[in-house]
Amino acid sequence: MKDFIDAYSWINMRYLFQGLWITVIVSIASIAGSYVIGTILGIIRYLNIKVLSPVVGFIIDIIRNLPLLLIIFFTYFGLPNLGLRPSSVWATILALIIFESAMIAEIVRSGIIAVPTGQMEGARANGLSYSQTMLHIILPQAMKKMIPALVSQFISLIKDTSLATIIVLPDLMHNAQIVYGENTSYILPMFLMLAIMYFVVCYALSLVSRSLEKRMS
Amino acid sequence: MISIFQNYGGELLQGFGQTLLCSVIALFFSLIIGSMFAIFETTPIKFLRVIARIYIEVFRNIPLLVITMFFFVVIPMFVVKIGGFTAGTIGLTIYTSAFIAETVRAGIQSVDPGQMEGARANGLSFWQAMRYIVLPQAFRYVIPPLGNQFINLVKNSSVLAFVAGFDLMYQGNVIASDSLSTMSTYMCVGVLYLVITMPLSYWMRHLEKKLAS
Amino acid sequence: MKKVFRLVGIVLSSLVVLVMLTACGSKPLSAQNVVTRAKQSNTITWGVKADTKLFGLMDVKDDTIKGFDVDIAKAITKQILGPKGKAKFVQVTSQTRMPLLKNGNIDAIIATMTITPEREKQVDFSKSYFDAGQSLLVKDGSPIKNIKDLNKTGTVVLGVVGSNSVQNVALHAPKAKVLQLTDYAQAMTALKSGQGAALTTDNGILYGMAVENPGYQVVGGTFTKEPYGIAINKGQSEFKGDVNKGLRAIEKSGEYNRILKKWFGNVKGFNYKEMERH
Repeated sequence: MKDFIDAYSWINMRYLFQGLWITVIVSIASIAGSYVIGTILGIIRYLNIKVLSPVVGFIIDIIRNLPLLLIIFFTYFGLPNLGLRPSSVWATILALIIFESAMIAEIVRSGIIAVPTGQMEGARANGLSYSQTMLHIILPQAMKKMIPALVSQFISLIKDTSLATIIVLPDLMHNAQIVYGENTSYILPMFLMLAIMYFVVCYALSLVSRSLEKRMS
Repeated sequence: MISIFQNYGGELLQGFGQTLLCSVIALFFSLIIGSMFAIFETTPIKFLRVIARIYIEVFRNIPLLVITMFFFVVIPMFVVKIGGFTAGTIGLTIYTSAFIAETVRAGIQSVDPGQMEGARANGLSFWQAMRYIVLPQAFRYVIPPLGNQFINLVKNSSVLAFVAGFDLMYQGNVIASDSLSTMSTYMCVGVLYLVITMPLSYWMRHLEKKLAS
Repeated sequence: MKKVFRLVGIVLSSLVVLVMLTACGSKPLSAQNVVTRAKQSNTITWGVKADTKLFGLMDVKDDTIKGFDVDIAKAITKQILGPKGKAKFVQVTSQTRMPLLKNGNIDAIIATMTITPEREKQVDFSKSYFDAGQSLLVKDGSPIKNIKDLNKTGTVVLGVVGSNSVQNVALHAPKAKVLQLTDYAQAMTALKSGQGAALTTDNGILYGMAVENPGYQVVGGTFTKEPYGIAINKGQSEFKGDVNKGLRAIEKSGEYNRILKKWFGNVKGFNYKEMERH
């Protein structure tokens, strides 16, 4: 019991919250980036544009099938060869955007496919142009269907930020390791706190998505 | 890249084997555990439903790395000594089983509830109806999403690198720091991951199309 | 619609190509002259450990890295850039430090790194700034007294990916199995969890761990010589010269000994007087 009280001292907790802050910031930046890029790529893939769509599709397939850890190494160690010097934060954000955009593109594409083709035909028969139909009829419906898949992807993203401890991103996982690395008796309390903090953040996101789904239907 | 394969072929191959091995073991056990919790979720018994809900929500919302490190660090300290490979495989199994439970539950619920009622009316018990009528149909629906879970499992097995599990990623790290050609080492590692995941992912897409038509 | 997205696609891909082209045009960071860039930005970027007590350890209280390596790096920075020169620190692990240097993320490594002939093929080293030797850390009362005790099949030794201590074990105790963890904090935690019988690395690092972790001790003396050097990319001879000059200057001025005493003055079993330089 005493271990728990010592482990959750003000200093240690402040350090954990600093880590949580980095985790949250990195997650928000990557979610925003990958949502935009993933949607664009998903639509490009759906539209079957000559040359462009198959090429984009192939690249997406490769990225989707690689472990995120590898992509983190590629951005962190690879970017300096292009004349840039990324901090571990930027390297992680970039890696997450690349990886998650590919995952989201696939979700968006199958979301659009899932909208019944009759919708498109009906709207076109009523005189709407292809792009009007797409923007006002198809995409909103597709987005509604995609919410659960998108949100679970975003939850994965938050959890996956923990992998970046390998390039010493000072996130929640890393800071907890620093704390328990200095004193073994803090191991159990730290793991408990790690589990609670990640759970609260991720579960809150899934609750938001559920209420969003309810409101939209 | 070719020189990496020439000089470290043995290590890479060993890592490839370990990655495949732990993925298959974890898939096997997470299928069993996942299906069990999926059935719990659909039983009329409230207690089992609550248990299943808690298990699924907890392990879906905690990073795999935290679970794996827990088994590598905490369990040996207080309970029983287990190595990196075992800790990693247990972590993967628990984490993946929560996702599989969700997938299988969706499959079970997609089976017409009339089937269950009909079977029960014909004198089968809940478990019999589940086993012989509902589950076989449910599994047909869930094969493509399960395949995707397996692909994720293979990719996620890279956490074994954190616990010295001698998997592909661990060997990649060791080789990269030995040969110092970081980028080409990780490219080799990437190619080996793709050898497992790419065919699977195309096969799953093919199955999905077949099921949809 | 298709047209719009074809346009978006073309714009995106031409952007990517443009970035690639300008990138190929610009020199990789590792090929630029470090001294010129450091003088421009008044900053030298050092790779340091953050999990190694006494050399480079993250202080949870104020979120800064503190240790012998860090203080030496600060002192040398001041010698090169003048009293207003800034030292920037990037956390590295044994695994990431070489790729980070070779790829240009950092200008130099000062992170408990031994000068070895193997590494000298890849990078240049300053002259040694600390003379360590490899040793073993075990639990109090462990049957393992020295490296020979580890040379049995089934014995597991813990090390860190990218440290040369791992190769030394293969040399001195070929029968032992080595587990390589991602950093020292992990390796220490693994030792406490009983994942291995001993943790091996340089004595300076191990003494730091023994200070932090009562119930563990350094045994067996040193069985290798591990002179620590500051690693610099090949082709940066101007920077290397400056680092060596800076190091010599702080040795002469007594600043080196002050830093040594600050970190090793109170370490039980470690005779810092022997390590002083004049």
